[in-house]
Amino acid sequence: MRSAFIDTLLELARKDPRIVLITGDLGFGVFNLFMAELPSQFVNVGVAEQNMTGMAAGMALSGKIVFTYSIANFPVIRPLEQIRNDVCYHKANVRIVPVGGGMAYGSLGPSHHATEDIALMRAMPNMLVVAPGDPAETRLAVRALIDYQGPAYLRLGRAGEPAVHKCEPTFELGKAIIVRPGSDVTLISTGGMLYDTVQAADVLGELGIETRVISMHTVKPLDEEAVLAAARETQAVFTVEEHSIIGGLGGAVAELLLESHVRPAIFKRIGLSGGFSSVVGTQEFLRARYGLDSKGIVSSVLEELNKKSC
Amino acid sequence: MIVHQAVNRDSHQIVHLRQLAAKVRRHSVEMTHNAKASHVGSSLSMVELLAVLYGCVLRVNPTQPDWPERDRFILSKGHGCAAYYAVLAETGFFPLDWLATFYQDGSKLAGHATHTHVPGIEISTGSLGHGLSVATGMALTGKRDGLSWRVFCLLSDGECDEGSTWEPILFAPQHKLDNLIAIVDYNKIQSLGTVKEVIDLDPFADKWRAFGWAVREVDGHNLAEIEAVLTSLPFEPGRPSCVIAHTIKGKGVSFMEDRLLWHYRTPQGEEYAAALTELDGGA
Repeated sequence: MRSAFIDTLLELARKDPRIVLITGDLGFGVFNLFMAELPSQFVNVGVAEQNMTGMAAGMALSGKIVFTYSIANFPVIRPLEQIRNDVCYHKANVRIVPVGGGMAYGSLGPSHHATEDIALMRAMPNMLVVAPGDPAETRLAVRALIDYQGPAYLRLGRAGEPAVHKCEPTFELGKAIIVRPGSDVTLISTGGMLYDTVQAADVLGELGIETRVISMHTVKPLDEEAVLAAARETQAVFTVEEHSIIGGLGGAVAELLLESHVRPAIFKRIGLSGGFSSVVGTQEFLRARYGLDSKGIVSSVLEELNKKSC
Repeated sequence: MIVHQAVNRDSHQIVHLRQLAAKVRRHSVEMTHNAKASHVGSSLSMVELLAVLYGCVLRVNPTQPDWPERDRFILSKGHGCAAYYAVLAETGFFPLDWLATFYQDGSKLAGHATHTHVPGIEISTGSLGHGLSVATGMALTGKRDGLSWRVFCLLSDGECDEGSTWEPILFAPQHKLDNLIAIVDYNKIQSLGTVKEVIDLDPFADKWRAFGWAVREVDGHNLAEIEAVLTSLPFEPGRPSCVIAHTIKGKGVSFMEDRLLWHYRTPQGEEYAAALTELDGGA
């Protein structure tokens, strides 16, 4: 996703001098081409995320489309008040881009686990929240964010995620992508969980459970129609996110379903329980540990289906 | 010497600025009284700075507040907004009768500078330590795009406790932003005590200089001095400019001057009457 992001941004920035990329001194080796080709559209503010975000607001209010970049929580939680007051309140065209959403920097420890960011960004007034599911969705999201008016959050995974979409899907901000049809169960995924979610759907399919997979690349505004259709047409709805189950995709879907009077027989949020990781490990290790690999997703689904049938 | 030249060259201007400052000062006291609000002392300490800025320095157009070529002004110390709203109204950005609505239910004028529905307010502030970063982003854009407008940011001394204030102080000289001007209303009293007691900023000018800014210190109530300094920008090509304005909290009302109490207290009753009498020249 990181390469998809920077390659697409460079391609767009060559043609659009409004586009500016600001980094908080991170992205070693990633920005060489951008810096060399477009030095006047690139800023390294140093290790200073509050300044990065406040400056981004000032640049956006002077006509720029500004992408702030850092890893994990650094461009999000550290400058949260700058995001709220300077960016969101002024509806500034700032796109906040962390790489390493979820536990992509697993081994680096909980300081580098971005597991509450979606909840925080959802709560910000005027903020669009986007977490693409694979490199293709990332490319399409970056393009869409150039024309979008207002603040946006673009949560990226890391480098080298597998492609889920074989060809470029139809992409619209706020409009979910139905990756697989299915009439028994729905898995709604956001961000980098998409690949494992599709794999889980394959396993469930082999067990005779027709599983719909929705890529909810935009968590806010939520594609309510896609969620309600899933709740009407399948008996179980699961949300899958590499994020706390508090306030993220699962929270958004739960809020919608409970208020809509369209309730699936089964609903469960698959995600992190809201604590800090108690063990050290890679993203793969931690996902498996916390039930966020395809195996864990399958287990969660089967467990809920079994509970219901008991 | 510079001061005297300025006075002699354009004494009409100084008279005009003095009148503007007097009006803004009186509005500030009236507004905080009507609103039962705090921060009258913080408004009064920067009246002359605002009068000079809006009276003869800022290139702005009240009939077209979003004129693209305008100088940008950010009041980072958003709590001093009574004086800010007053100077905007007095210079024609919005009707003077709006000032009576300060703090009122349904008003456009909130207790911290708020851009929504208020012509002339560049950005909303209120949480300290935000303004200079936003100003720096604007200045970098103006500089890179070769635009002629400048960015002025008025800070409080208290907000120089914020780490986020020092991030753009580090950044701006690195990028040679000589279109950026930071003005500090150094009234030496912050929320819970004097600056010296809480977090001593001195040697304050030296700190800015050490970070790479071109610094001038002025008597922040001397209109001619302020005018002379703010019409000599940038102080040094290739460096951002910093004006440390030595001011007095509550300036202009004898019993408010240099007293922490008037960071909070609302002028009421006899105090209010006495304040107006002084401001009207009856003291």
